[in-house]
Amino acid sequence: MTDISLSGPSPTVASIQSSYIAQVQRRRLYGGLTLLIFVVLMVSGFNIADDRNAGGFWNGLHQIGDYPADVLSEAWEKRADLPALIVKFFPALVETINIAAVSTLIGAICGLFLSLLGTRGLARWPRLIPVFRRISDIMRAVPEIVIALVLIFILGGGPVPAMIAIAIHTAGALAKMFSEVSENTDLKAVEGLSSTGATWSQRMLLGVLPQVAPNYVSYALLRFEINIRASAILGFVGAGGLGYELRNSMAWGPGRFDEAAAIFILLFGTIVFFDQVSSRYRNRLTEGQGQ
Amino acid sequence: MLQINKLTKRFGDKTAVSSADIFIDKPAMIGVIGRSGAGKSTLLRMLNRLSDSTTGKIEFEGEDITALRGSAKRDWQSRCAMIFQQFNLVPRMDVVSNVLHGTLNKRSTFATMFNLYPQSDIHRAIEILDRLGIAEQAPKRAEALSGGQQQRVAIARALMQNPKIILADEPIASLDPMNAQVVMQSLRTIHEEDGRMVIANLHTLDTARRYCDRVIGMRDGRIVFDGTPEQLTTGVARDIYGASADFSEAATSTEIETLDTSKLRTAEAYA
Repeated sequence: MTDISLSGPSPTVASIQSSYIAQVQRRRLYGGLTLLIFVVLMVSGFNIADDRNAGGFWNGLHQIGDYPADVLSEAWEKRADLPALIVKFFPALVETINIAAVSTLIGAICGLFLSLLGTRGLARWPRLIPVFRRISDIMRAVPEIVIALVLIFILGGGPVPAMIAIAIHTAGALAKMFSEVSENTDLKAVEGLSSTGATWSQRMLLGVLPQVAPNYVSYALLRFEINIRASAILGFVGAGGLGYELRNSMAWGPGRFDEAAAIFILLFGTIVFFDQVSSRYRNRLTEGQGQ
Repeated sequence: MLQINKLTKRFGDKTAVSSADIFIDKPAMIGVIGRSGAGKSTLLRMLNRLSDSTTGKIEFEGEDITALRGSAKRDWQSRCAMIFQQFNLVPRMDVVSNVLHGTLNKRSTFATMFNLYPQSDIHRAIEILDRLGIAEQAPKRAEALSGGQQQRVAIARALMQNPKIILADEPIASLDPMNAQVVMQSLRTIHEEDGRMVIANLHTLDTARRYCDRVIGMRDGRIVFDGTPEQLTTGVARDIYGASADFSEAATSTEIETLDTSKLRTAEAYA
């Protein structure tokens, strides 16, 4: 079948065709070579890693379910105790959520300023943009657990070092996400406000924040979910909350697995709960934008 | 050939298309006119099965289109090409790849991923581009082309599907008058030379008069006019657009010829 009205392809069409085919073949060759190199590197890298592994991946693979099975079977045997244990650990859960909430709030406020000061077109001092960007890079590059360990060494164990550690990391991470949003803001409103003689903070408050608020809140809520997990993990290094209890019961070994199971249930339920709440709220924010 | 029976589409409590009846017995060039929000786009999207109808039936050569599901539905979509107002090309891919997307229904995802289109298809794609006068643009990225050229790439993609029907949803609404003319002329040529049915949503009267064999007028989701361009008098047009007696045809014009200076002023007054 042909739907070409011309009597036959003209010579220029033929040359366009052959040059395009040559281009396609070159592209396919490069693509194939890239794929081949990728597969070779992946396979050889995996083998090297497996050789240097103390236990060996293939030898350990069939044992992967043993530990969860131990925990589950013991927890099932003592299932009558679970409600009491959940009530017992509930205050620790509240502590964990509090750490996450306070650190998200403080981190988001710091991140807001870092992002506005580090975005082209919005910055108060345009020459200092690289400085603020590097500050937020450093804050986000250092893992929470490292900051927390240092702070626990200085301040002693407890929720405050965990809160500071998570807040620092959150400020850096949110500054990055916020500045990506503010880079796409429409500067017309800001220009209009500066034509009236508004100060920088007035321009940001009235010209930028109304535009970006839904996205900012949505990112902050996402960060809150992440911070609940982070604050649970920081408990392992002595920062209090649910993680601290979890480490105690897990380190104890068999005999207290029912406690570990209760803590897992609490943690899992909390994360699902906040995930649902924040995703519903985020959807409403993004959908409501058009109205 | 194509029979539309009591086709209705509701969004919540709002009726976008209200029991539309259209019968087309042979390939023709059909223009659908009406104000924005009259249900023209919804009608075309239901024909392509981009959106499902609430009630009603579309029949093409005895086949019930509204009942198609899964791969049968995708097969119908490959036989019923669509052209959009905003071109809807993949901006970062080159022109020929965009045209080759017209064959996706016949290709596996694996072959698509590694860009394994047969050489004959590539040749045909470039021949179609040549037919539309843009063969030199073949290796460029789609986003590097002007609006009129991009719309012709979209037409080439539609032709690559070798469809029985070409649906065009406001094909010239984002083009300047010169490019609009080129695109409409291409669609007319395709209809005349290949004998394909072309259904185009247009929001300007004179384009419909000039290029179409049959005009369907829609207002608030209902079909209020169905006839030849000659039957489309100014009075009928007023009904379709819901305009009062001071309605001027130049107010809905994009053609250069119809716009002499005095009418231009009227057009601006109603813009």
